[in-house]
Amino acid sequence: MDSALIPQGVKRCPFPQFALWIGFLSIFMLWAVVAAGVAWIKGLNTTNLNDYFGFGAWITADLAVIALGGGAFFTGFMRYILGIEDFKHILNFAVIIGFVCYSSALVILGLDVGQPLRSWFIFWHANVHSMLTEVAFCISCYFTVLTIEYIPLVLENRQLDKIPLVHNFSHNLHRIMAVFAATGAFLSFFHQGSLGGTVGVLFGRPFGFREHFAIWPTAFFLFIISAMACGPCFTILVTRITELITRKKLVKQNVIAKLAKVSGWLMVAYLALKMIDTVYWAMVTLPNMGVSVMDMYPESPFTIWILIAELGFCGAIPAIILITEKGRNNNFLLVPATILSCFGAILNRYVMTVQTLALPVLPFDKFVNYIPNWVEWVTSLAPFVYLALLISLSYRYLPVFPQEKELNP
Amino acid sequence: MFPFCFEWHWDLGHMVFHGALWYALSILGIGLTYAAIKSFIDLKKGGHH
Amino acid sequence: MKEEHKEGAHGHKEKYKYGMVIDLDKCTGCGACMVACMTENNVPFRKDESNKLVSTAWMRVFKATNGKSYPDIDVCYFPRPCMHCEGEHGHAPCVSVCPATATDYNYETGIVSQIYTRCFGCRYCMAACPYHARYFNWWDPVWPDKMEKALSPDVSPRMRGVVEKCSFCFHRFQRARDHAYAEGRREIREDEYQTACTQACPADAIIFGDLNNPEHKVYKLKKSPYAFRLLERLGTNPKVYYLSTRSWVRRAGDNYLAGERSK
Repeated sequence: MDSALIPQGVKRCPFPQFALWIGFLSIFMLWAVVAAGVAWIKGLNTTNLNDYFGFGAWITADLAVIALGGGAFFTGFMRYILGIEDFKHILNFAVIIGFVCYSSALVILGLDVGQPLRSWFIFWHANVHSMLTEVAFCISCYFTVLTIEYIPLVLENRQLDKIPLVHNFSHNLHRIMAVFAATGAFLSFFHQGSLGGTVGVLFGRPFGFREHFAIWPTAFFLFIISAMACGPCFTILVTRITELITRKKLVKQNVIAKLAKVSGWLMVAYLALKMIDTVYWAMVTLPNMGVSVMDMYPESPFTIWILIAELGFCGAIPAIILITEKGRNNNFLLVPATILSCFGAILNRYVMTVQTLALPVLPFDKFVNYIPNWVEWVTSLAPFVYLALLISLSYRYLPVFPQEKELNP
Repeated sequence: MFPFCFEWHWDLGHMVFHGALWYALSILGIGLTYAAIKSFIDLKKGGHH
Repeated sequence: MKEEHKEGAHGHKEKYKYGMVIDLDKCTGCGACMVACMTENNVPFRKDESNKLVSTAWMRVFKATNGKSYPDIDVCYFPRPCMHCEGEHGHAPCVSVCPATATDYNYETGIVSQIYTRCFGCRYCMAACPYHARYFNWWDPVWPDKMEKALSPDVSPRMRGVVEKCSFCFHRFQRARDHAYAEGRREIREDEYQTACTQACPADAIIFGDLNNPEHKVYKLKKSPYAFRLLERLGTNPKVYYLSTRSWVRRAGDNYLAGERSK
């Protein structure tokens, strides 16, 4: 039925099966649209956010999807700037993931503000000293870059490619893609860092505050490295899931292994720096503020186990698997490692935002709990369904995986 | 964002921040424009890659 | 009146530095300051105000105890307006983070303002404020029938989705300044600019004035050995001072490590 649109030389499932799958995903997306509509029309009183938890599930989702989408910029950086050719076989896919992650982040940010129609004030009346301004500018610009990177892929659709002007445009974009990728990498390094900076500069919040290095808090640098580490892990994980669903090998193992190795060593570097940062924070920063490190982990769910889970279970374990050749070449170890790594990043973004707000700073203030409601849950989880939707469409109609034909003759 | 906004100051912070921003935006804008114009020229020449 | 012009580190003229001194030994926790503040500043309220996590109180009275049981228990009430932090050279925790320049540190008065029509409700300032002095408008304000006629015409009501906070009754400063100018004066007298909470306090526990002016009461009171500020160690540099002769109260104003000596 849609065979004219499917790339030549590859096999895809029958259209009814595909339509059913898309319909199933669309139901959840529709639910998310309803939830977003409720929040936009009726206001943020429809969420469980409150004056103590001004930031909640949405900000975690925002920071998490941006970290997980870091695979796009970092793979692009390695392919175009460092010239590692192997990564061109997975770059298209990383771009799609990045595109989904960043567009989701922008929508969630739009949900999270009280007056979405005034969002342009952040650009127009920009306060250059605010980390959030830097984040907003860089995310918007980088989303433009991702769109520019995604467009040529869309234009390579069999039918679109037949149009000479479209073909030329796609070809010319490809020719100068390195320039866009370099700009994207520049923007990404900054906004990944600024996201850490948003919390790191809060000198009124001992849990989040970090000492400054030049004009940036240490969290700025840690967020960049953790995004560089977990982004590729998410790309690998989604590749493996796609291969599982399509029952095809789509990317050669050497490419995956190389990406896993880079990710693993970055995780090692991240963990080392994070440990130093945590120790300095616990031994110097916190005592200067009159609080001990155990004051920062007072009760469930914010006990010391959350730190151990982040750095140990979701940090050290996947890092060890990824840096060992046997580990990264064994799917039964590689996939759990990427899951743990991604979960570690999500956990890190969660504690850095929600736990920072959860801990009362005034000695006579009380600890308050917060559980997101359905509006927040549905919209926060929607990016994953949106990802499945866009990957499904792209995989079916666009030449996403250059090695697919070779691997599936 | 622009010098005519009243909160604009000609200080180092504004120059660095907006310098980097407009630099990035210019690259994106020039890049896209180049690709579009080149595609038209290629089409006129009858080129098809 | 003696005029003090201090040059800030950024070259800003600090004409006034308005602040408060609250005597906690006098405060009974009656809440008159909260009521006066709400009335003066058109602070919205809802039919059901039982969920304090979403209810707005620019001036909020916190209750603290010494943690002991009867008969040794002692209670103290902490009235908490916005602290109008100066931070380092006006870099209050909330001011530096606002992405849209919707909150500003006024170097003429030392007052941290909030521009409601500029705020787009990102709540980053709320995350930055350790005092919980900032409130988000979760709903559009709706006042009971005919009550709108009793609203203050000097203070604009705030719409849903923006952050608001204590302004040290800045409209009163503007009114006092206009009045002084009309009389050919360039300076405002101490009694001409007083906040609503100060005037409403039946125990005279709240004193308001220019912290830079030696003729104002707050100037002397802030130098009392019993004076302290909330969370001073964080470097927020607040302009609200508290007084208490009780050492546990002074210790309750900040965080200290076990065994560490307090102020």
